[in-house]
Amino acid sequence: MLIRLLRSNLAPYRRQVAIVTALLLLQSVANLYLPNLNADIINNGVAKGDTDYIWRTGAVMLGLTLLLGLFAIVAVYYASETSMSVGRDVRAAVFERVQSFSAREMNRFGTASLITRNTNDVQQVQLFLQIALTILVRAPIMAIGGIVMALREDATLSWLLVVIVPLMAGVIGVLLLMAVPLFRQVQVKIDRITQVLREQITGVRVVRAFIRVGSERARFETANADLTATSLRVNRIFAVAFPALLVIMNLSTVAILWFGAGLVDRGDMPIGNLTAFLQYIMQILFAVMTAVFMVILIPRAEASAQRIAQVLDTNSSITEPLRPIAPERVRGLVAFADVTFAYPHGERPVLHGLTFEARPGRTTAIIGGTGSGKSTVVNLVTRAFDVTSGAVLVDGVDVREQALEGLWGRIGLVPQTAYLFKGTVAQNLRFGNENASDAQLWHALEVAQARDFVAAMPGQLEAPIDQGGTNVSGGQRQRLAIARAITKRPAIYLFDDCFSALDAGTDARLRMALRGETGDASVLIVAQRVSTILHADHIVVLDEGRVVGSGTHDELMRSSAEYREIVESQLGAAAA
Amino acid sequence: MMMGGAPRGGPGGRPQAGQRGGPFMGLSAPVERSKDFRGTLGKLLARLRSERAVLAVVVVLGSLSVAFSVIGPKITGNAMNVIFDGVIGKSLPAGVPKEQVIESLRARGQGQLADLLSGTNAVPGVGIDFTALAQILALAVLVYVLASLLSWAQAYLMAGVAQRTVYGLRREVEEKLARLPLRYFDSHAHGDLLSRVTNDVDNIATTLQQGLSQLLTSVLTVIGVLGMMLWISPLLALISILTIPLSFAVTIVIAGRSQKEFVAQWAETGALNGHVEQMHSGHALVQVFGRRASAIEQFNTQNERLYRASFRAQFLSGIIQPAIQFLSSLNYVGVAVIGGYRVASGAMSLGDVTAFIAYSRQFSMPLLQIASQANLLQSGLASAERVFEFLGAPEETPDRVSATAPKGISGHVEFDEVSFRYLPDKPLIEDFSLDVRPGKTVAIVGPTGAGKTTIVNLLMRFYDIDGGSIRLDGVDTRELPRDAVRRAFGMVLQDSWLFAGTIRDNIAYGKEGASLDEIVAAATAAHVDSFVRTLPEGYDAMLEEEASNISAGQRQLITIARAFLADPSVLILDEATSNVDTRTEVLIQQAMARLRHGRTSFVIAHRLSTIRNADNIVVMDGGRIVEQGDHDELLRKRGFYYDLYQSQFAESVGVDAAGRPMLPVLQPAG
Repeated sequence: MLIRLLRSNLAPYRRQVAIVTALLLLQSVANLYLPNLNADIINNGVAKGDTDYIWRTGAVMLGLTLLLGLFAIVAVYYASETSMSVGRDVRAAVFERVQSFSAREMNRFGTASLITRNTNDVQQVQLFLQIALTILVRAPIMAIGGIVMALREDATLSWLLVVIVPLMAGVIGVLLLMAVPLFRQVQVKIDRITQVLREQITGVRVVRAFIRVGSERARFETANADLTATSLRVNRIFAVAFPALLVIMNLSTVAILWFGAGLVDRGDMPIGNLTAFLQYIMQILFAVMTAVFMVILIPRAEASAQRIAQVLDTNSSITEPLRPIAPERVRGLVAFADVTFAYPHGERPVLHGLTFEARPGRTTAIIGGTGSGKSTVVNLVTRAFDVTSGAVLVDGVDVREQALEGLWGRIGLVPQTAYLFKGTVAQNLRFGNENASDAQLWHALEVAQARDFVAAMPGQLEAPIDQGGTNVSGGQRQRLAIARAITKRPAIYLFDDCFSALDAGTDARLRMALRGETGDASVLIVAQRVSTILHADHIVVLDEGRVVGSGTHDELMRSSAEYREIVESQLGAAAA
Repeated sequence: MMMGGAPRGGPGGRPQAGQRGGPFMGLSAPVERSKDFRGTLGKLLARLRSERAVLAVVVVLGSLSVAFSVIGPKITGNAMNVIFDGVIGKSLPAGVPKEQVIESLRARGQGQLADLLSGTNAVPGVGIDFTALAQILALAVLVYVLASLLSWAQAYLMAGVAQRTVYGLRREVEEKLARLPLRYFDSHAHGDLLSRVTNDVDNIATTLQQGLSQLLTSVLTVIGVLGMMLWISPLLALISILTIPLSFAVTIVIAGRSQKEFVAQWAETGALNGHVEQMHSGHALVQVFGRRASAIEQFNTQNERLYRASFRAQFLSGIIQPAIQFLSSLNYVGVAVIGGYRVASGAMSLGDVTAFIAYSRQFSMPLLQIASQANLLQSGLASAERVFEFLGAPEETPDRVSATAPKGISGHVEFDEVSFRYLPDKPLIEDFSLDVRPGKTVAIVGPTGAGKTTIVNLLMRFYDIDGGSIRLDGVDTRELPRDAVRRAFGMVLQDSWLFAGTIRDNIAYGKEGASLDEIVAAATAAHVDSFVRTLPEGYDAMLEEEASNISAGQRQLITIARAFLADPSVLILDEATSNVDTRTEVLIQQAMARLRHGRTSFVIAHRLSTIRNADNIVVMDGGRIVEQGDHDELLRKRGFYYDLYQSQFAESVGVDAAGRPMLPVLQPAG
């Protein structure tokens, strides 16, 4: 998964990757050449007492070192450029993909998870790439280069390499095999403890009210002991790593000295080359060791890459039609024709054979109990979900046949929980209509009963709004959201139970004003409060996803027992 | 050639944002500083007190390990000398004593060779002394093996110390949570609190695991190696002392510059995250209001900025290693060349030069490790400070167990001139008295901030009153253990708290050891059962943190089911039913009425129907009871309640002279 992700995203940066690899190659060769020069110094300079030779060769070594430094810096430059570019590209790809999602995909992943995937997970992959391009690439080059140099030096001694390198790789491999799954477990257990503690903090009242302090402690204790045991195991396994590798390296030195001595004595190898050989081995082993430790990062990066790939591989369940049909006239007529809807894995359908119309110029209200499916109605109009059977028609055309942007262009949505964006009041209001004038904004605010408090805010229309709209109260947020929809001047208004944050008085005044404002548009209100929908032109009563009554308030009071019950419960027996 | 002393160790905790892998872990991100370094360090070390025996062993093992590892190169250097001596010796005629050969070389004008020879122990004509070599190498093997064994033992033991200490710390922290008064939770941001008990504790674990013992060995290694270098050759040592600390300084400088860039990177990341969060949270809005294209455009702009900032940060921090490498190579060249010269002139042995090269490598690693470990330590101490601050917070007053809880609580609740305020200068409840007979329903109404939820806090003894007394069946609740008080009251809050677990487990929270039948019965009573059956896993369906799979109303129902299961003597409903809508509310009200029969209930609500049906209405404003009575009485008074009623209900519906809502064309049913 990781490899696949990286491969496809590295494609545009082939040049840079090639440069980095080339530079690392040169670097490694140069690094391996230095001991060679040192050998020359010993063989030709020291052993022969030729000090001039020493200085000359020293100068070459110096030059080589400077060159090395230069190579390294350039390599880091290109490596950084590549890895950060890939990060940027992947982030953009994920974001764009999520933008195309429907509510179903959003629910499947969850908002929090999507945010993490767009940011943290990409960061992991990016960092991994950076390290891979610098250290991980260097290792095999050094190893192979070192082996080549060593073989060139003396094939006889090189057999030691055949023993040492696999031994080292073996030790590391075994350790990693044991440790890596444990790393993952540690992470899971840390998450578990965090979760338990979070619940104890946010739910402290409930924990104490239900006298669960003892059982909470037990729950925590289990998680704590679990985490500690696993962490201990991981860290102890890891404790073996470095000492084991060091001892292998050092004993290699001893072995080389011993066997090398024999060769030197027989005259098969000049002594300088022995020191060079020692240094090759060290460089090779050190490079391998560093690289292998970096390999620890792979599981994390892999996990992140998988999470990213999951998003990128998901296609939205709501698709644009191949040949979109636009309705002849935009009037705002919404019709549900025998609509049945069930969530993808739900046992029972949320809506059964729902049929009703929301006509232009009228207010249609939907009322019903929890789980009766009211909010789903709104979602089906905006195509957050598609019907399981039946059809939703807007202006006579099935919504699935219409271009999404066109459909949405006609809808003004006010969801259950008001959400505002960071910016100014004006920016939020202009969200659906960038060209609205200030006068239009004020008018919308007036209708939404928000004029007064916005006028009182410092900056008025330019007053700042925090992310989510948290710097205004719930009721104010709701009213601004309503004003936002009004500014758009849509043909269809969808109010998904958005009046509940307002007190009854404001609610009433607002709906009065809306009546005047909406004019020929069709208004669909989903509500809890009977008082909100009392005066609607048409009320649809839902119970467990089915229509159990429809008509005006008076008609329903006469014909529907469920409706009467609802009215009674909210407004008291005297109202019935 | 050996590297620095002790091992790097594995992961102890979770890396934080903007992390780092690799040898320079501590250097690639900005580090927090603690405010009281010495004090916090002292407290942290005090916690290690119980492990002091093991720690002593760790220190000894570490020191011995360093000692052995530092001697190693010298021994291999000696081996090299033996070999060199043999090589030189073999090239000279046998039988002639060394001094003679030297003299003859000088006489012939081969002064340099003579110098070289005088620096060796070569015996003319004799090759490598393999016996001596074998002995030296055997010693080397012993030393290296011991060094590694000791180093491993040190890490092994330290792992135990670190984990045990952190285990205890975590437990302490969790226990503290249970002893803190509600006031603490209400006055501190939950996010910050959570961070202290999780992230900060993890950070301490990492510090203990990787920072502490390794800092010791790194420092010892540096000292030991420096000592050896100076002993072997002060001249060469000078070169090392110049180039290597120079690399240290370069690191600090570059790391400092790169920190600035990292800060910028974090800022840009935060901005991008904010944008992503908004666009995802308001996904439906972005779509329906036609803002997808604009969202993507804004993202790309911010993304580009992030790219530039992170590129700079990565590049700068990525240069550190090549820079170190460069200086280290320079050092190597210097040592090789000058050392070679010294050997040629007979002032040093080849073995010593070889050893010196090894020492140079052995010197730079620990220096870098010290730098990054120092950072780690700083960060760990900053975390420790926050954790200790938390542990030092004042706790709840302990329970007085002077009275026994009355058996079979009938539910007679009395408030007797109760006074309470959250803040000393903001009076809230003053001289509040109320007598609630068993089985009666009290509705508490009033504008926001009138003190209604406070009543709940006081009844449940989440906060203790300042004056007066609250009595349950005649017993002052302060005389009872808090658990006994809370067992008598059943609470359904406006803010439903459900934990990440199955629906069954959540409902079962109301009563320990509840059977499935009891759970289903409670669920049915709360009208949870039918919708649970629409879910694929039914009662075993997991409630997620965000619980996006069920609606707010359904969450409320589950908490109500939980309360049903708990079957308390006194019910407290804190605006619970306002999130549950019309149809279901009808059914719940019926069930609640059933439940309330014969049970005392306190209902804080603003549904007209609830209030109208209550036996007693308590109207609060500014912490005081301003009026008491039932609905009709209060309306007749035309006082505060009347005004409240008018503004909240009448406007929407229209009321007649008797205060009854006027609905358009009422017809009797049927």
